[in-house]
Formats: sequence, C-alpha cells, structure tokens
Amino acid sequence: MADKVLYAMYDDDEVLKDGAKKLVSKGVKINEVFSPFPIHGIDPIIGVKNTRLGIMAFIYGLTGTMLATIGMRYFMIVDWPMNIGGKPNFSYLENMLSFIPITFEFTVLCAAHGMAITYLLRNKTLPGIPAQNPDPRTTDDKFVIEIRMSENDNFSSSDMENMLKDTGLIELDQKDI
Amino acid sequence: MHKEAAIREPLILGHKTYHDITEDVCKPIEDKAPRMWYILFGIALVIGLYGIGCIMYLLGTGIGVWGLNKTIGWAWDITNFVWWVGIGHAGTLISAVLLLFRQKWRMAINRSAEAMTIFAVFMAGTFPLIHMGRLWVGYWTLPLPNQFGSLWVNFNSPLLWDVFAISTYLSVSLVFWYIGLIPDFATIRDRAKKPVAKKMYSILSFGWSGRAKHWNRFELVSLVLAGLATPLVFSVHSIVSFDFATSVIPGWHTTIFPPYFVAGAVFSGFAMVQTLLLVMRKAMGLEAYIHTKHVEYMNIVIMVTGSIVGTAYITELFISWYSGVEYEAYAFINRATGPYWWAYWAMMTCNVISPQLMWFRPLRRSLLFTFIISIVVNIGMWFERYVIIVTSIHRDYIPAAWSMHYPSHIDIGVYVGTIGIFFVFFLLFARYFPVLALNEVKTILKSSGESYKNAPDHGHHEASH
Repeated sequence: MADKVLYAMYDDDEVLKDGAKKLVSKGVKINEVFSPFPIHGIDPIIGVKNTRLGIMAFIYGLTGTMLATIGMRYFMIVDWPMNIGGKPNFSYLENMLSFIPITFEFTVLCAAHGMAITYLLRNKTLPGIPAQNPDPRTTDDKFVIEIRMSENDNFSSSDMENMLKDTGLIELDQKDI
Repeated sequence: MHKEAAIREPLILGHKTYHDITEDVCKPIEDKAPRMWYILFGIALVIGLYGIGCIMYLLGTGIGVWGLNKTIGWAWDITNFVWWVGIGHAGTLISAVLLLFRQKWRMAINRSAEAMTIFAVFMAGTFPLIHMGRLWVGYWTLPLPNQFGSLWVNFNSPLLWDVFAISTYLSVSLVFWYIGLIPDFATIRDRAKKPVAKKMYSILSFGWSGRAKHWNRFELVSLVLAGLATPLVFSVHSIVSFDFATSVIPGWHTTIFPPYFVAGAVFSGFAMVQTLLLVMRKAMGLEAYIHTKHVEYMNIVIMVTGSIVGTAYITELFISWYSGVEYEAYAFINRATGPYWWAYWAMMTCNVISPQLMWFRPLRRSLLFTFIISIVVNIGMWFERYVIIVTSIHRDYIPAAWSMHYPSHIDIGVYVGTIGIFFVFFLLFARYFPVLALNEVKTILKSSGESYKNAPDHGHHEASH
C-alpha cells in the first residue's frame, strides 16, 4: 500500500517539543524526529524507549574480566609457572595482585569496544551507508517531525496538515512512498 | 531545561544562532586554507620527515646510535615517552572527567583536546617500540602462542602492564573521539558542495541522520565511555609510573609515584591544550567559543595540578631524608647539587613556581601570559621526566660505573621529529575535521549563550535568521 509521509520542519527545538506534545495528546503517532543535536526530553513524548546499551557494556566488560582471568591463569600458573626471585607462581589467588592492572585494562577494552561496535550496528551507521535525514538542514539548525499516514488511520491528511500547522512549523513537506 | 546562574559568565559570546555555530566551525574547512597553514604544515612536515629519517637510521643501525651507555639504559627515549603520554592525558580528562562532572565549558575544547590526546599517544607509543631496536618483533609483547617453547610474556612485569594500558588507552580514546565526530561529519556532509568532499564526509559520517533514537543511544554511549575512560586515564599513568616505582633504583622506588605522575600528566596536558588552542582560536576565528573564561578555567586546573606536583617534589625530598636510606638520600642530593643540577632547578622553576602565578586573576586571564606559561610548563615537565630517569641511574651503587648521558644528534632528531609529526597530524585535523563539538555546543547555546542567557523572554527566543 502506498504510504504518505509528512515532514514538519521547525527552527527551534522547544517549539518542536511543544508541538510534539500537542500532537501526541490528540492521539497522533509520531514516527521519527530528526535533529542536529539531542533534544532533551523528546524521547518520552514520542515514545522512544531508553537504550539498553549500558547493560551490554556491562556484559562486555564482564566478558573481558573473565577472558583476562582465564588467560593469565593459563599463561602464568598452568602452562609456564615462572619462578621469580625464589617466589614461584603456585596459585592464581596468591599471584593475583600483579594481574589486576591487566584485568582492569582488558575489562575496559572489551566494554568500550563491544559497546561502540554494538552502537554502530544497532544504529545501522557504518561507512558507506547513505544518509537518511529528510532534509540536509536537519544537521545544521532545523528540526523535523516525521509522521506516517499509515500509522494514523483515524486522521485524514487534511486534518493532519491543519493540526501540524497549529504547532508553529516553518515548512511542511510530504512524500509518497 | 538546564538553567544557569545569571552571574556566571556566558560560554558562547555574541549573538549566535544554531546556524552561526555551524557556519563558524565549517567555514574554515570549506574555504581555502590560509597561507599560514601551508607554511606551518610545511615546517612541521620537514621536521617530521627528518625525525622519520632518524628513526630509519636508528632501526638500520641499532640503538647504539643513541647516547645510552651501560649505566644509563634509559634516557631521552623513555623521557619522551612519558612526556607524550602525559600530554595526552588532558584530552581524556577534559572529555571524560569533565563530562562526568557536567562541566559545560569542556564542550568548546574537548574535540581538539582529544585529537591532541590521540596524536600525543601515537608519538608516545613510538618510543618504546623503537627502543626495542628491532621494531619488527614488536608483536612479541603480546601473549601469542609461539615456537620458543611456548614462552609467554611476563604478566608480573609493569612493562607488560604498560603495553596493555597504552594500547587500551589509545584505542578507547580513538573510539570515544570518533563517536563524537560522526554527527559533526554529517553536518559537513550535508553542507558540502564539491562531490569529492561530499563523498569523503559521507563515508566518514557513517550515514548519520540524527534520529531521536540514535541521539538517545549517542548520549548514553558518551556517558558510559566517559565512565570507562575516567578510571582508564588514571590507571594508564599510574601504570607508567609503576615502570619506575616497582624497581629498586633509589629515586624511582617511591610509593607516591602514581598520584604524582597523574597530576603531572594533567598539568602538562592542559599546558599543551593552552598552547594549541590559543593559536587555534585566533587562526580559525573561534574567539566567541573559546574565550578568556575557558582559558581561566584551564589555568585553574594547571594551578591545582601544579601545586600537587610541587607538593610531591617536596615530599619526595623529605622522605629521602626521613627514610634513613643513604642511597635514597644521595640520589636526591645528587639531583639538586650534582652534575645535573641545572635540569633539577629548571624543573623546579618551571613546575613549582610558574603555576603559583596563576593565583593572580589578571595573570590567569591574560592570554599572552598563559601562552608563555604553557610553554614553560611543557619544558619543565620534560625536565621532570629527564631528572627522574637520568639522574637516578647515572650514579648507581658502584662509583666505578658512574656515568653521564650526552644526547646524540639522533636522540635529538627523533624527539624533535615527533613534535613535527604531532603538528602535521594536528594541522591536518584543524584543516579537515570539525574542531568544535558542534552537536554539543549547540545544546548549551540557550543555557550559556550570551544572547539567550539573561534575555527576558527566556526559552522561545526567536533567532534572527
């Protein structure tokens, strides 16, 4: 089915936020907001859930801690116990102190890179991917609300356009997909 | 919305709009480079190439071409290594620690400070690698399965901790920096007119579109990376100090080394940020974003960390006497009065006295004075590492083995060369990358911008465009 998409452009983040609040209270479903910088407080209005990347970072970090522990225990205790100054490596626990710096570094390494890679993949932002913002000005000083008519069956296009025009927009654009 | 006290100085001067911020940052990238840029780039490139030539000669001949000898096995190489790593620390401190403390003034300087961090750590990493003499076996520092009877690297050694610390630090800083750069590359991409530039920035921006969900993730990723980078930056220089502190050399065997090195690193790093930014803000017309208040804040950091460093010097001196260990006491008497007295007193003057001048408000708000002090501090911090390393080992337990270190022209060439390469990188950064974190600066325009801050109709202030 052909879908009609409306793009309402604003020149101020506060105006967009107030407009979005008004639209949502009338039952409009806002599909997306494009902005040149994070608009604080927009997420709960348009129903964007908080990201769970933080949990992933913790899991990646934990993986790093485990890998470092397993690795160093194998290298230093099991495979080739070193005897330094008559102080041989008998058990991991007894020698753990000198393994802490690398355990920490490896934890940070895995958490940071794991999270960064997940972030890029989840965003689908990778080298060579084309930009999808509806207007090049949305990375400069303009803010856009995207509304899909297929998600707002109970409004006619003219009703929707009138409602949008009440929110202080500066330009209204539409596209058929 | 975030509100700020009316008496707090605005962070963005003048009557800027969101579009003006984009213009101000993107213009220098889109316009032709000024002639001065080519001149500076040319000078840096020549010096850098000379340095690379010295490194090639060193690798072809062996590290005997340095001024090292049997007594002094570490000198300029490790001095330069610690100096560069220290400089690198300011970038992470600004972008990570100040982010956690919600210091908005960081936003004007974090991008270029982080760039400085990455380039400085590159330069730092060069020294331990070439000190191996055989660069091509550098991978032996990694725990890889091998044919030498399965001989592993020694995980008890601070030198190995350093390998992990520096490589983690470099790669995590790079990722942190790049994630912040992606939305700003998108801004340049959407403004670019020339097809080649458009294509390049399109690849660099990873197809960023500025969706609400992406911004939500962006903010969390920045916060978590800052949380990870903060302990990381402290651990890195602590581990660098372990290279010395865990040895039994008088003058090195000191428990205050980790905090003392970290404070010294931040001290020298902020000085380097001042040196670079005072020139950059002028050359690129960013006076409205990086102004006296920012310089003053950074000078306060320099003053605080400089005082910590000064306290550490005096503590060291006191403990060497109080410990009752005569070797320890001699190491310090020799530092101050021995053949390297000039290095010690250069260090003391540059690092202990000069930051104390920042107590005076007119001085710490003077740009020229700040510029001079920032260079003095960088010289002083180089001497600090030289004093710690060379004067501690040049007279060891057997007087027959006492020796002096005289740098060879290769020593000097490699060091000066890294400064050249550093500036080549930094000049390229200033030419092609957004030097201000656009997306972050725009978020503080309404709370800290001069024309919005104390305007009566706060909030819906109409932009003049």
